[in-house]
Amino acid sequence: MSDIRQDSDRLVAMQNSPEFARLRKAYRGFAFPMTAVFLSWYLLYVLASGWARDFMGTELWGNINVAYVFGLLQFVSTFLIAWLYERHMEKKVDPLAARIRDELEGGVSVR
Amino acid sequence: MSAVLAATEVSSGQQALTSALFLSFVAITLYITFRASRATKTAADYYAGGRSFSGLQNGVAIGGDYMSAASFLGIAGIIALSGYDGFLYSIGFLVAWLVALLLVAELMRNSGKYTMGDVLAFRMRQRPVRAAAGVSTIVVSIFYLIAQMVGAGALVSLLLGVSSETAKNVTIVAVGALMIFYVVVGGMKGTTYIQIIKALLLMTGATLLTIMVMFQFGWNVSDLLGTAAKESGKGDAFLEPGLRYATEAQGLTGKLDLISLGLALVLGTAGLPHILIRFYTVPTAHAARKSVVWGIWIIGSFYLMTLALGFGAAALVGPEAITAQDPAGNTAAPQLAREVGAEVFGTTGGTIMLAFIASVAFATILAVVAGLTLASSSSVAHDVYANYVHRGEAPEGQEVKVARISAFVIGAVAIVLSIYAQKLNVAFLVALAFAVAASANLPAILYSLFWKRFNTAGAVAAIYGGLISAVGLVIFSPVVSGKVKVDPATGEETSAALFGLGTDFHWFPLDNPGIVSIPLGFFFGWLGTVLSKEHNEYKAAELEVRSLTGVGMEKASVH
Repeated sequence: MSDIRQDSDRLVAMQNSPEFARLRKAYRGFAFPMTAVFLSWYLLYVLASGWARDFMGTELWGNINVAYVFGLLQFVSTFLIAWLYERHMEKKVDPLAARIRDELEGGVSVR
Repeated sequence: MSAVLAATEVSSGQQALTSALFLSFVAITLYITFRASRATKTAADYYAGGRSFSGLQNGVAIGGDYMSAASFLGIAGIIALSGYDGFLYSIGFLVAWLVALLLVAELMRNSGKYTMGDVLAFRMRQRPVRAAAGVSTIVVSIFYLIAQMVGAGALVSLLLGVSSETAKNVTIVAVGALMIFYVVVGGMKGTTYIQIIKALLLMTGATLLTIMVMFQFGWNVSDLLGTAAKESGKGDAFLEPGLRYATEAQGLTGKLDLISLGLALVLGTAGLPHILIRFYTVPTAHAARKSVVWGIWIIGSFYLMTLALGFGAAALVGPEAITAQDPAGNTAAPQLAREVGAEVFGTTGGTIMLAFIASVAFATILAVVAGLTLASSSSVAHDVYANYVHRGEAPEGQEVKVARISAFVIGAVAIVLSIYAQKLNVAFLVALAFAVAASANLPAILYSLFWKRFNTAGAVAAIYGGLISAVGLVIFSPVVSGKVKVDPATGEETSAALFGLGTDFHWFPLDNPGIVSIPLGFFFGWLGTVLSKEHNEYKAAELEVRSLTGVGMEKASVH
């Protein structure tokens, strides 16, 4: 482990390697746009709560209005994004990360 | 007034039962703390529970650390009195976890050791960044601690019916002493087990109440909402946003304040030090991811239930009975417990339910303050003592000793401050803790993890810039001076600010600083970076490779 730390050149080389670029892209390619999506979606909800009161107050079923459905959809989207992210990481990112880690640690897999 | 009413309403049987239930919780947690202390040998054990908790265990503990009395009693109370607007809090508190999951948890687990400062200082000059990380960790934790402990003091008088000043002080001292004991003796291991027990208790209590409320309304949500709206005396407006935040009377200021609060809630969570150190208690980044996903399920289910608790209290207890006990509505959930308990199981059932929910509330406060004390004492010992004072050369045994002493000192300071703060209006402190975390910590964390060019000057500027902006703006905001509450019935004016009537030096119009201070934190971080030429290419490479692959990460300890 300590010779990995000392071997800075290897890390810089790894950082600039195409396989690390693939790992970075696999992670950021999902995490960044998804963050933009859920933050905008949440902001839209907050803005609607402030400015679109009539719309939010529209009754849909009995006393249940748009505000509740919009709010509950925030829960649904949060659960869904968490699940999608987990699936994406396990399928697309973990294998790449494990390969690079093994390579750097001399084939000894970290458990 | 409210205390007098409460004192007459609390029966001695309920008082004894609440005390007995709570004392058995204390007894169990003390036993666990002792057992955990025997398994705590190394620094990794003390700070990170040996990194040996499973994803599920840590996920439940995340729920325990996060679901504070502010979310249990506070949100239920806001919904019970102001209707829909309480739901805004629940949603912000939940969505925030996606920031932690997608951007922070795994990378932090891979690159850090014990504290938030480990990641921030990873590729920087240690001393300035460690000092800054320590300062902001302590500020955020102390704000949050005071809010929780003052809440505990107020709660005991309402739930046990003892209203004297002495009783409140004794409660604060007792809560403080227990929390110090948990942290000093049990370290992260003991604290994690306490979070797990508390989370299970809280979920059980909330689920039980939700089922009983829904049973009362024949599982018809629309009926529940309709009855709540009718009993509230506010009609349909009770079921829509705008009774508490961004009211029509507040105009644009209110709407901006709402956005400001929303931003602090959603961006603050991933910068809360006591949440961040939870990611170190599991063996791998994969387990850290699993634990946050579990945490999201638990926290999400809990916040959904706050709807049933809040509207249930409005419908079954009613606003007059709630405000008679506590004008802020913090006793709505316990009152609801007595009401539905009595309706379903008879008077004795009501007493038992109330005693159970009241002791769950105490357990909730106790667990959260323990988490906060642990986070701040870890930072004092690891960031300030070991890496600032001793430049990373302090012997390991010494560091843990300092952590224990710091926990004691921080706990004592929190007790003293809370006793003084009792008479003040400190409800804004939780929102302020989130605002500081979002303005100071989050920019520094995200820049560290994702911006190659980021450097020491940037990190220091982001933390102090965000911290000073958030705290500074709040000092000159209406919540510190100038906010006035008018009693609609009598027209009598009381101060809703930290300072009393007659003191007014506010010029910042909003209660919440986030909308200004969060962009400022990011701006200062950028400005500090571009003004400095420092760039450590090797350490930047090490951090990025390590954070994404886990190469060279801190391993779980083996016993």
